[in-house]
Amino acid sequence: MALAPVDAVVIGAGAGGGVIAKELATAGLRVVLLERGRWIGPWDDRKDDLRNQRTSALGAPFGPDDERNPRVAVDRRGHELVVLPSDGAYSNNAACVGSGTVSYGAMAWRYMAQDFRMKSLYGCPAGSTLDDWPITYDELEPFYEKAEWEMGVSGDVAPDPFKAPRRRGLPMPPLPPNREYEILKPAALRKGWHPFDIPMLRNSVPYNGRGPCMRCRWCVGFACEVNAKNGTQNTVIPTALATGLCALRTDAMAREIVLDARGRATAVTYYDADNRLQTQPARLVVVSAGAIETARLLLNSKSQLHPNGLGNRYDWVGRNLQGHAYPRAVGLFDFDTYDDVGPGASIAICDFNHGNPGLRGGAMLANEFIRLPIQFTGMTPPDTPRWGRAHKDYMRQFYRRSIAVMGPVQEMPVFEARVQLDPRVKDFWEIPVARLSGGRHPHSVEVARAVVEKADEWLREAGAIRTWTNVPGMDLSGGQHQAGTCRMGNDPKTSVVDRNCRIHEADNIYLADASVHVTNGGFNPALTILANAYRVAAAIVRERHA
Amino acid sequence: MRKTSRRSFLAAAVLGTAACRKDAGARLSLTGEEARTLDAICDVLIPADQDPGAAAAGAVVFIDRQLAGPYRRHLRAYREGLARTDSLSRKMFAKPLDQLAGEQRLRVVTSLEQGARPFFEMVLAHTMQGFYGSPRHGGNRDYASWRMLRVPASPVRGRITYDLRQGKGS
Repeated sequence: MALAPVDAVVIGAGAGGGVIAKELATAGLRVVLLERGRWIGPWDDRKDDLRNQRTSALGAPFGPDDERNPRVAVDRRGHELVVLPSDGAYSNNAACVGSGTVSYGAMAWRYMAQDFRMKSLYGCPAGSTLDDWPITYDELEPFYEKAEWEMGVSGDVAPDPFKAPRRRGLPMPPLPPNREYEILKPAALRKGWHPFDIPMLRNSVPYNGRGPCMRCRWCVGFACEVNAKNGTQNTVIPTALATGLCALRTDAMAREIVLDARGRATAVTYYDADNRLQTQPARLVVVSAGAIETARLLLNSKSQLHPNGLGNRYDWVGRNLQGHAYPRAVGLFDFDTYDDVGPGASIAICDFNHGNPGLRGGAMLANEFIRLPIQFTGMTPPDTPRWGRAHKDYMRQFYRRSIAVMGPVQEMPVFEARVQLDPRVKDFWEIPVARLSGGRHPHSVEVARAVVEKADEWLREAGAIRTWTNVPGMDLSGGQHQAGTCRMGNDPKTSVVDRNCRIHEADNIYLADASVHVTNGGFNPALTILANAYRVAAAIVRERHA
Repeated sequence: MRKTSRRSFLAAAVLGTAACRKDAGARLSLTGEEARTLDAICDVLIPADQDPGAAAAGAVVFIDRQLAGPYRRHLRAYREGLARTDSLSRKMFAKPLDQLAGEQRLRVVTSLEQGARPFFEMVLAHTMQGFYGSPRHGGNRDYASWRMLRVPASPVRGRITYDLRQGKGS
């Protein structure tokens, strides 16, 4: 039996869905917010070096669970493997209220103006589907500001001369510097670069009724013990619930968007906490399940008008899966660099996001979050043994005397890097699972190689006695920065949603997550997902009142 | 049964909990022989020197426990790999691995790395986890590796004396 109809069903309570639910509910719409995971809060913080969202050796504690949620990963030689959320090839983000914004490192980057016009600026390389966004930075700017002030961002971007114009500063000052910051800042200045304090969705002072960061080392990959990281779970979702108009249903696994003969959504079916199939009728549907699961849900929502999946008339759903190529330079020092003051990442430069000779785009460079001992075990120079006495000596000598600098390289989208439905493997609920295949564009690797040289220079200038670099290969990208699978565009033949993120040819279904990103910036994407969700919500509310 | 002096009896009683933990009956997944072979491999991967090695820090306890939990799917690979290690050791030096001296152990493990790559890589990853990971999973006993690296132990939950009204971190 169907549940009582509502104005909107939002699928996925992550970055995008949390914002949408809040904006719609505060505008007076009745909203049901479906989340396949559960609440995870500071009380669940376990500080477990082996069971967190970054090192998931013993499981992915922020969901989804290994038992019920397989995927299929196809490597570049065509070998397919059934993978679990705790495996790297799964490209997991998270599944809980707040999703990735619970356990992220909380970097809060605005993309640069150039990032929305990559094709116009650089031209499309062969083998890529590089394009411009249908919107400009200027259109998103007010919503960036709204996200920064509503959710809370600390940092100081004033010294960054490359940033796009902004009307207002950040609401909170940066955290006091850690030792790596003190070492790296003068080095960058000597190089003639422009270092500044990383903007973070993190309280440096009390904000929104919660206290500041306590500077512990269990930050990225963990829930915050003192609730100082700002995600949708402790900002917009509580606001949405406080309106009394938004019902959050956890442990709710969406199966399908139900469409009528005209191709309009009438309801969403989902499995509830007791695994009973429920039908929730709604006047509009917003999907914000993350780039991979959003594509999967659309492909699983077939109807007469959408026989190959919702919005997939021109075979663009699931295409252009991207994340970031993350090259890294590591430097070893002959003095202590480690001070056990979290979150670790503190200083960045944007000198190499654009304008790299002969290359398209680039990356922001920043020092890495604190490397837990287990994470450092794999960070050895090429000639250091991976085990035995020499490896142990290395750990003892350099764990406290190392700095890593890395950056998220903006990738060239590839049509064959994609999410499909696996023809055989189904999840616990008998729903066909995502099948991931394809690889990176060679130019993304080329950019990564060039940018990492700058990271290496930075470390040597800072006094490193030894440095080396790691550059990712051509394997499929995605992971926590997954994006691109339901591109936003003006032409229905080469995109899935329009500039307001409404599915072409399905006028009451919107997407609000990184799946709509045409390109993914040379930055962590969280703030852009949040800002765009505010923008999409404004369009929905406007439409409704028109 | 062995004769027990009063002194050693008392010592054993005091160390009761620790002794139980090391008891053969406490293992969840591996046989005694398998555990001894694995312990010898761990001892080569992260040997004892001025600081405890993986064996003393309980890497085998860690792996054995995980094989009954999240690593259940690896149990068969461990069974086969440890049997293979045992026969390799007997073939090379006519003894099980745990009865070999350091240099001979090293040679067996080196030939494992070359000849049984997937098994070796799995054991290496799990040994690192058992030594450098959180103590709550049975390894890194007494914070052995964290002491070695001079990183503070993780705080006990609920211990927050941190003043949330202040603007500065600890």
